[in-house]
Amino acid sequence: MIVQAICFYLFAAVAVASGVLVITARNPVHSVLFLILAFFNSAGLFVLLGAEFLAMILVIVYVGAVAVLFLFVVMMLDIDFAKLREGVVRYLPIGATVGIILAVELILVFGAWAFAPAVNQSLAAPMPQAHVTNTAALGDLLYTKYAYAFQASGVILLIAMIGAIVLTLRHKPDARRQNIAEQVSRNRASAIELVKVKTGEGVGEGQGVR
Amino acid sequence: MTDFWSGYFWPTIITILEVLLIAVVIAVSMAYLTYFERKVLALMQRRKGPNVIGPFGLLQPWADAVKLITKETIIPSGANTAIFLIAPMVLFTLSLVAWAVIPFGDGMVLANINVGILYLFAISSLGVYGIIMAGWASNSKYAFLGGLRSAAQMVSYEVSIGFVLVTVLLCVGSLNLSKIVLAQQHLWFFIPLFPMFIVFFISGLAETNRAPFDLPEGESELVAGFFVEYSSMSFALFYLGEYVNMILMSAMTSILFLGGWLPPFGITPAHAPYGTIWFVLKVCFVLFAFLWVRATFPRYRYDQLMRLGWKVFLPLSLFWLVLTAGVLVWTGWLPVGA
Repeated sequence: MIVQAICFYLFAAVAVASGVLVITARNPVHSVLFLILAFFNSAGLFVLLGAEFLAMILVIVYVGAVAVLFLFVVMMLDIDFAKLREGVVRYLPIGATVGIILAVELILVFGAWAFAPAVNQSLAAPMPQAHVTNTAALGDLLYTKYAYAFQASGVILLIAMIGAIVLTLRHKPDARRQNIAEQVSRNRASAIELVKVKTGEGVGEGQGVR
Repeated sequence: MTDFWSGYFWPTIITILEVLLIAVVIAVSMAYLTYFERKVLALMQRRKGPNVIGPFGLLQPWADAVKLITKETIIPSGANTAIFLIAPMVLFTLSLVAWAVIPFGDGMVLANINVGILYLFAISSLGVYGIIMAGWASNSKYAFLGGLRSAAQMVSYEVSIGFVLVTVLLCVGSLNLSKIVLAQQHLWFFIPLFPMFIVFFISGLAETNRAPFDLPEGESELVAGFFVEYSSMSFALFYLGEYVNMILMSAMTSILFLGGWLPPFGITPAHAPYGTIWFVLKVCFVLFAFLWVRATFPRYRYDQLMRLGWKVFLPLSLFWLVLTAGVLVWTGWLPVGA
């Protein structure tokens, strides 16, 4: 038990510390790297909870894909730090309001857990008994009870993806594109023309070129 | 107090010894993979390859290691020192930790976790950070371009690798690597899933930045890509990481498609040591194929690489995934997972 407790406090402390560093680091690339560290430690917390599937998915999706693209963009930006800090006082009230709302909501949710243990019995889907891996348990719920919600979120993601493509797609009529089938199907007859060149006259316009 | 000794202390010591054993074996195989690569390439190009140091040049990797260690570590003045130094460590550590879940034989695995294949996928998708951090921290245009290329390439090919993994999982019904091997007792998966085997192998080449997809390093246009500013041991760590990743990708191919430690046609028993020998032979075969490809094909152009990943492999693997699922449901062979 004591080893688990040590692991929990280690992961939790590093997660919180790197979360703070995300917003205080001067260099945005360092911020993203601290964000990745925070994701990692949350994955560690999931493992301690026995939710190994969620832990792996967190690492694959957020660290392996989302944060890579994020880092990609942030590295290419040329950010003026002095300008970035100018508006802090102006936007502070809005940021603080959002933060306080989130904090109150979290306190309400977890407070209910602590003060009224009976809440546990009203869970829609309690943890299944042992000898069911949590991958199977999640699948059983997602594809049966929550099938419609699951499909709906899939459709929303698809629409977002199509939207992103539509917004960024530009047709360039003068862009040269490679047609691999055409290249491969070229043969000697269609690619080469032998021209007898007379001395002193050269090759005529358009001759010998295909 | 006895609880502490038997419950924590001795298991921890044993695990540390196992970890060291695996790490040493991997490091030595990596060293001889460089020798193997140089010999295979030399023989394919009708040269002799390393043959001076030791019998048949067998001590060449050690000579290279000593040379790299004794060189001076140079940190460019414009570099971001902390990230510059962390990047090679990240790459090398990630290439080693993945071995924790690889089963070398029947029951011979350090951590037999339920989600082994997801763990492997997660770790291999993290490898890109070492490269992208190195590219950015070097503060050099060649290194930066190499890092960006590598990031785009690895993210692209991960998608089709993911679909291939899901197809294999559909046939197994478990995410545990040992169960994936045991599910192939009658038929290795490369026969029914042959197109996926090919997609996985080629994506593996791209994921490990090997020829013909070694654009991040592209000597001809980027000098050496993301590690152009590195020297001495920090360079050696990149090199080590790349080769360990190659061995890891070969081990994954063997486990997913070539039956892991299972002997072909049951000609020997599957238990130790036969199983491990078969596993090593399969890994060596896939590694040979990696080198064979390098000696044979010219480097892809960047747009061709992206086209292959997104326009060929992604639809193909998606189609095979749906087809496999359909066939399994239709014939009633779908394994009911534990």
